[in-house]
Amino acid sequence: MTKVNVYVTLRESVVDPQGTAAQKALQNMGYEEVKSVRIGKLVELELDGTTTDIETRVDEMCKELLVNRVIEDYRFEIEEA
Amino acid sequence: MKFAILVFPGSGCDVDMHRAVHGVLGEEATLIWHTDAKRLVDYDAVFVPGGASYGDYLRPGALAKGSDAMRYLREFAQSGKPVVGVGNGFQILAEANLVPGALLQNKGLKFQTGTSKLIVENATSQFTSEYTKGEEITLPFAHQYGNYYVDEETLQEMEVNHQIIFTYQDEQDHGSVAKIAGVINKEGNVLGMMPLPERAVEEILGHVDGYRLFKSILKKVE
Repeated sequence: MTKVNVYVTLRESVVDPQGTAAQKALQNMGYEEVKSVRIGKLVELELDGTTTDIETRVDEMCKELLVNRVIEDYRFEIEEA
Repeated sequence: MKFAILVFPGSGCDVDMHRAVHGVLGEEATLIWHTDAKRLVDYDAVFVPGGASYGDYLRPGALAKGSDAMRYLREFAQSGKPVVGVGNGFQILAEANLVPGALLQNKGLKFQTGTSKLIVENATSQFTSEYTKGEEITLPFAHQYGNYYVDEETLQEMEVNHQIIFTYQDEQDHGSVAKIAGVINKEGNVLGMMPLPERAVEEILGHVDGYRLFKSILKKVE
C-alpha cells in the first residue's frame, strides 16, 4: 500500500474570503501577528501496492479531477506505508 | 426542434427547464438521464440544468466531469450544435473546459438567491440574437458558487473574441471577475451562465426576459 497526500491550495491570484474571515477571527482572539490565512484542502489517497509510475498517475489524477487548475495549485507527497 | 435536458444525480432545475422548452416554447424536450447520454446525438440542442450534481462534492460540477456522460456531451459540443449550461450546468461546463473560467464560492460565502439586473454584452451570439446589445434584462439567480473567476490573460482573449455574453449590472455580482454572469466558448456554440433564464419565461413567474434566450436558439437552428 502506498499513501499519497495531495495538497490543494487556491492560486495566489484568487481571493480567499474564508481565509480572510479566519485571519480576522484570529486577530480578534489576540493573534495580531497573523498577516494572512489561506485555506486549502488535503486529499489522502491510498494506492494498491502494484501501482507503478505513481508520480505520473497521481499527477494525471490531479490534473483531470482532483484539482481545477484555473483556480487551484497542488503538490503531493508519496509515502510507503 | 428537439431539446435534450441532461440530468445528473442531484440536478434540480431539470423540470423547470423542460417546462420552459416544452410548456412555454412549445418545442420537443426530453429529459435524458446521464447514463443514457449516448442518445444526445439525436437532438438539436442540449441543456445542462442547475442543481447540485453529485452533491457538489469535491467542487461543484467536478464529479459530473468524470462521468461517462461527459464524453457524449463533449462530442455533441464539438459537433457545433448548441449547448447551454445554467447554474450548476455552467459549473459542469467550466469544470469540463467547454467554456473558460471557474466558479468560486460567492464573495459573502453564503448561498444567495434573488433577481439580478444583467447587461447583454453580446447580442450577435446564437443565444442572444433576440436581444439588443447593451440591453438591461432581469433574471433570477440561486447559487452558492456563482463567483466567476478567470485569469487576466484569458479575460483579455475573451474580450477580443466577444465571449462575454452577460454581465451583472448591479452590485450583486458575487465577486465575479469583470462582473461576468455568462460566457460562451471561442467557437460560440456553448453558453454557460449563472442566472436562470428558465425561471423567467412567462408572466406568472414574475419575469419574462429569459424567454428570448430560448427563442434565439430556436431561430438559429431553424
